[in-house]
Amino acid sequence: MSVVIILIVASLAVALLFLAGFIWAVRSGQYEDTLTPSLRVLAEDSNQAKQNPISETNSKLK
Amino acid sequence: MNTNIETFKYDNRIVRAFAIATVVWGIVGMLVGLLAAVQLFFPDANLNLQFITFGRIRPLHTNAVIFAFVGNGMFMGIYYSLQRLCKARMFSDWLSWFNFWGWQTIIVAAAVTLPLGLTTSKEYAELEWPIKIAITIVWVAFAVNLFGTIVKRREKHMYVAIWFYIATVVTVAVLHITNSMTMPAGWFKSYSMYAGVQDALVQWWYGHNAVAFFLTTPYLGLMYYFLPKAANRPIFSYRLSIIHFWALVFLYIWAGPHHLLYSALPDWAQSLGMVFSLMLIAPSWGGMLNGLLTLRGAWDKVRSDPVLKFMVAAITAYGMATLEGPLLSIKTVNSLSHYTDWTIAHVHVGAMGWNGFLTFSMLYYLFPRLYNTKLWSTKLANYHFWIGMLGIVFYVVPIYIAGVTEGLMWKQFNKDGFLQYPNFLETILQVVPMFRLRAIGGTLYLAGAFMMAYNLYRTAKAGQFEPDTEAQAAALEKPPVVAGKSSWHRMVEGKPLFFTVLATVSILVGGLVEIVPMFLVQANVPTIGSVHPYTPLEVLGRDIYIREGCLGCHSQMIRPFRSETERYGEYSKAGESVYDHPFLWGSERKGPDLAREGGKYPAAWHYNHMDDPRSTSPGSIMPRYSWLLTQKMETDTLPSHLAALRRIGVPYPAGYENGPAQKDLQAQADKIVADLKLGSVKADSDKEIIALIAYLQRLGTDIKTTPVTTAAK
Repeated sequence: MSVVIILIVASLAVALLFLAGFIWAVRSGQYEDTLTPSLRVLAEDSNQAKQNPISETNSKLK
Repeated sequence: MNTNIETFKYDNRIVRAFAIATVVWGIVGMLVGLLAAVQLFFPDANLNLQFITFGRIRPLHTNAVIFAFVGNGMFMGIYYSLQRLCKARMFSDWLSWFNFWGWQTIIVAAAVTLPLGLTTSKEYAELEWPIKIAITIVWVAFAVNLFGTIVKRREKHMYVAIWFYIATVVTVAVLHITNSMTMPAGWFKSYSMYAGVQDALVQWWYGHNAVAFFLTTPYLGLMYYFLPKAANRPIFSYRLSIIHFWALVFLYIWAGPHHLLYSALPDWAQSLGMVFSLMLIAPSWGGMLNGLLTLRGAWDKVRSDPVLKFMVAAITAYGMATLEGPLLSIKTVNSLSHYTDWTIAHVHVGAMGWNGFLTFSMLYYLFPRLYNTKLWSTKLANYHFWIGMLGIVFYVVPIYIAGVTEGLMWKQFNKDGFLQYPNFLETILQVVPMFRLRAIGGTLYLAGAFMMAYNLYRTAKAGQFEPDTEAQAAALEKPPVVAGKSSWHRMVEGKPLFFTVLATVSILVGGLVEIVPMFLVQANVPTIGSVHPYTPLEVLGRDIYIREGCLGCHSQMIRPFRSETERYGEYSKAGESVYDHPFLWGSERKGPDLAREGGKYPAAWHYNHMDDPRSTSPGSIMPRYSWLLTQKMETDTLPSHLAALRRIGVPYPAGYENGPAQKDLQAQADKIVADLKLGSVKADSDKEIIALIAYLQRLGTDIKTTPVTTAAK
């Protein structure tokens, strides 16, 4: 069962990598605004605006 | 804020390429699945060709739908959404195309090698080592391209989907490398460095997380992008999506041992896997509800829009599969469900419902946009939805019934305390009608895929492909982080990020190659004195067992239940498989467990059974393996195989493979030919069947009290 050491090390390495990612995300202000990112996605590219009247939906949400 | 507006172009060509590959490989993968399904009630559907027999095409089916269909679908969705979320073209067009052609080459290599029987036998990791290396290289190229794009993004905030993509790319690399530690014994043959219980643990740590990080996290990222886009409303709770991501990432990786409940894996590891599996309900259902609630007030659109229809069904299937998964991880439930078709039904809810339907929805979303037109026929797409839905129902309902029936029949005792159904075949014949219904479900689902292919083709014909989409955005200020903070995160965010990925991969490869053999050799010292390495002939037989994919239907792990020990014999011990490179415990039973097969039947029975299973077991659904009776066994490679096994810790004496091994092999083969003669079967000692019989007669005999009849020592 010594192989469990490899798995724990590999799993922890991944977990620590993501912990660092999480700390970075929080510190750099990634999560300060949890509303606009979800709206911005909808309006991001121009040629789709032609097909989907986004501005209309956005104004309804506000 | 920087007001430097930059104009750039999104690469649509790469998205189209992956989209076409998704459709083509999807249909191929489903066709292979259908062929496999038909063989389960009509074994002669293999046309007596070894290359398309169930054991070999089952891995072809799983690899095709997971890595070719869903894999290409994932690349398609990521290449489309990542550029738009980052407001940047992909980091490198060259890497994009390297990723595309590399992946297609790997798929073709898989489609050639698996029917040829070149397989490691480790589920969802069957491809042999040269292909494994190719996968690593292509994956790293994808990683560099992904991180490169993130670094040059023009949008400071990284939308939640991007995090899901990052989790995918990093974790899959780690999983793939750890599980691929293997000792080559020729160009297309290798032996897992881990043995027995250790190999089982690594394999299912990988297997479970392949589902988690290849089939789930990328598709969740895609859901968080395409669902709001298709519904044209923001995700219900962005905050919940962030929690969903971080909870999944930290919980998922520990749940693997739930594939080995009641096996010879230590109990504490089983319990750990079960607890983490149960915890996973929370984030999974949070994500599902987040998806469904996004459609609040937009359900009228679902009625008319096939894209949304497919998405709603996909998200619901995600919810069902992620509730069922943890339930199946409860040991009590698992004691009934494991080895049965219940598991098959469970994974098909996930594969057909979640991955399949979300892929279809993305294709219906993307084609009109890539070709600047409307979908050719909304009506046909709606028909696709309903026929696909019907296909899923016709697939999973019969297979759930089959699974529970099998589980209950295997465990049923009569009032005198004997097994009610001592003949395993009886329990399978009971569910064969369900296998027929399943094939109908699969056919319906496949028909839907053909309808989609036609619809998308007509859409493409009607429109004008736009190779690049022009977009504008302000450049990101550098450094893109709050001023005044420490600068370590700038390091992480800048160029060194590539090197982090490369370093992770190389450290893992280097570290594992050095460490693994060192202490696994030590750990492989047998704890049961009577357990010996396989004889040369048995090694050859085992190679054939692996080549033919026998473990697709036969487990080699008797669980410690009375219903199993009555049927198969003493339950399996961890110490019995210390020389099993790779482990062959299997995960499903379409036929009886073989862990104690040795000595149960005379050699002649095996010979006749392999030639035509229905001659010894009327009604059996096992395919004929008549080619084993005529093909000569490959003895030229024996030295390299034995040497490879010795290098990873099997104690064959030095120089054994040059002379003594061949002598032992011939002696044992002659003995089996003599045994066959007793059953009035005349056979040559150089045929593959001899080696396979030697292996089968050896199974589980190490700790039997009766003297071993066929093993050389």
